[in-house]
Amino acid sequence: MTLEVRVHRWLGEFEIDVDFRTGPGITALFGRSGCGKTSIVSMIAGLLKPDRGSISADGRVLYDSELRIDIPAHRRRVACIFQDARLFPNLTVHKNLLYGLQLAPREARFTSFEHVVDMLGIAALLNRRPGALSGGEKQRVAIGRALLTSPSVLLMDEPLASLDAQRKAEIMPYIERLRRDFGLSMVYVSHAVEEVLRLADTVVMLQNGRVSAVGPLEETLGRIDLYPVMGRKEAGSILATSVIAHDDSDALTTLRFDGGALQIPRVNLPPGTLLRIHVRARDVALAVQRPDGISIRNILAGRVTETADSAGAYVEVKVAIGGSSLVSRISRQAARELRIAIGHEVYVLIKSIAIDTNSLGILSPADYLPRVTADAPGTIRGARPAEGEILLDVPLH
Amino acid sequence: MQVAICSVLVGLPLALVVASALARCRFPGKALVDALIHLPLVVPPVVTGYLLLLVLGRRGLLGAWLYEQFDIVFAFRWTGAVIAALVMSFPLMVRPIRLSIENVDRRLEDAARTLGASPARVYLSVTLPLAVPGIVVAAILGFARSLGEFGATITFVGNIPGETRTLSSAIYTFMQTPEGDTSALNLTIVSLGISLLALLVSEYCTRRAQAVAHGI
Repeated sequence: MTLEVRVHRWLGEFEIDVDFRTGPGITALFGRSGCGKTSIVSMIAGLLKPDRGSISADGRVLYDSELRIDIPAHRRRVACIFQDARLFPNLTVHKNLLYGLQLAPREARFTSFEHVVDMLGIAALLNRRPGALSGGEKQRVAIGRALLTSPSVLLMDEPLASLDAQRKAEIMPYIERLRRDFGLSMVYVSHAVEEVLRLADTVVMLQNGRVSAVGPLEETLGRIDLYPVMGRKEAGSILATSVIAHDDSDALTTLRFDGGALQIPRVNLPPGTLLRIHVRARDVALAVQRPDGISIRNILAGRVTETADSAGAYVEVKVAIGGSSLVSRISRQAARELRIAIGHEVYVLIKSIAIDTNSLGILSPADYLPRVTADAPGTIRGARPAEGEILLDVPLH
Repeated sequence: MQVAICSVLVGLPLALVVASALARCRFPGKALVDALIHLPLVVPPVVTGYLLLLVLGRRGLLGAWLYEQFDIVFAFRWTGAVIAALVMSFPLMVRPIRLSIENVDRRLEDAARTLGASPARVYLSVTLPLAVPGIVVAAILGFARSLGEFGATITFVGNIPGETRTLSSAIYTFMQTPEGDTSALNLTIVSLGISLLALLVSEYCTRRAQAVAHGI
């Protein structure tokens, strides 16, 4: 399950020149709007022809300018899920789903109509037409339609970008489940850190039509030299953690990571669950002495390993805590007065509420889905819940 | 009536092919083809009829050959009337079909391709069904134009009772004869009825097709 992409293409004045390979699981093509993400996906799908280069999936050459191979889109077995669902408006949901199934070669099929309909909870929608569906429902049908073509690669071009937070939360578990159930090679295009964080295994970071970094999620998103690519607001570090215990009376959950423990708002996941959390650099404060009498719950001792000047009033400071590291953004003035420098011991302060429980990457168990009933598709509560509210209301099987 | 129906039956598939090519393909001489098709709209009908006579008449460029080889004659036959109506109504059929095909969302066609549909299949399963409103309009316009065709018909095939007499030329004939007024009026009412019916049918079909195309 690998995808190798090495393409070059001019689009007017804009040049795309990328070279990357991905492994199994979900690869995120991550970058700001206009960095060429969609064009790259179009080239993989065969909808846009590169000027030169090569594309192969699982060793099968889809395009190679030197060998003069250019398999047409309909024979690439690369399915695409678009931002705008693109269901056929003149067909019912049922016929939309069958459209791809009928075209898939029989011997390549790895899933059945019943299984897909059941997994996506769209049985109740089958006789409707796309015009009568909500955005989230449309996207689920589009996922089903793409799956039923039994693709070898599944491309998702910002599938959640036109949905509101609640609909996003509704769809994401299904995408997570695709990864687990089908072992598909998936390319996920996004400019939203929280989606990448939750779904991706590998990140390809793009800037101005070029690859600025490729690597495992934790490593790539934690690199402070890449913060300008990510956008400073969302930039931060990723911690691999596991759920240790819940404190029901205070509605807190304790997580352990390599280097210590963290308290975050209560999440409804059993102890032992492996979680990936995103700690924004802007939410992390530093102190040179252990502070006393402070509301902040998470105080961790560490050592400064890297500092980077960002433009303007702030500097980024990377602090190693055990085997993990956290990035903090503090004002340049503070850094000077506290004499923050590489090798110094500091205390890292994180408010528990600062951890965004909507962008948790749940690594195990992956076997969970929102409740789906026949007439009301599943929803996950509270996109932006009030403080102290239960944040993830996800039943676990 | 018969002439008009035949003209639409023959013309519609042809118009579909031409409109699809004009809407979706790039080929050399496209502008010229486009202009030639639209020529009958701007040239006086009598001129078109005369040109048809020159080309397809028994001693015409193509007509002579057809007569010698296959014993086929169009001039002053009802089949000739169909051809005259066809040529005159063709631009009116091509235009709405072309517009509706151009309006079909390319992104839907792309989606179909990534789902494994070959270009021919994309055309038949996505493009055509979504262009149905335009095709209905084309059929109605073509029918109406064929029904009302007068100039080119009378020049090319004359006004022979039982052979090339169309509704329009019949009305004209009755108007020229004394005491023909009542008959002319009757035919006028018939013609009005047919036209009105055609419009209503087209309106209904278009609405249905649009509702389907918008997924309601």
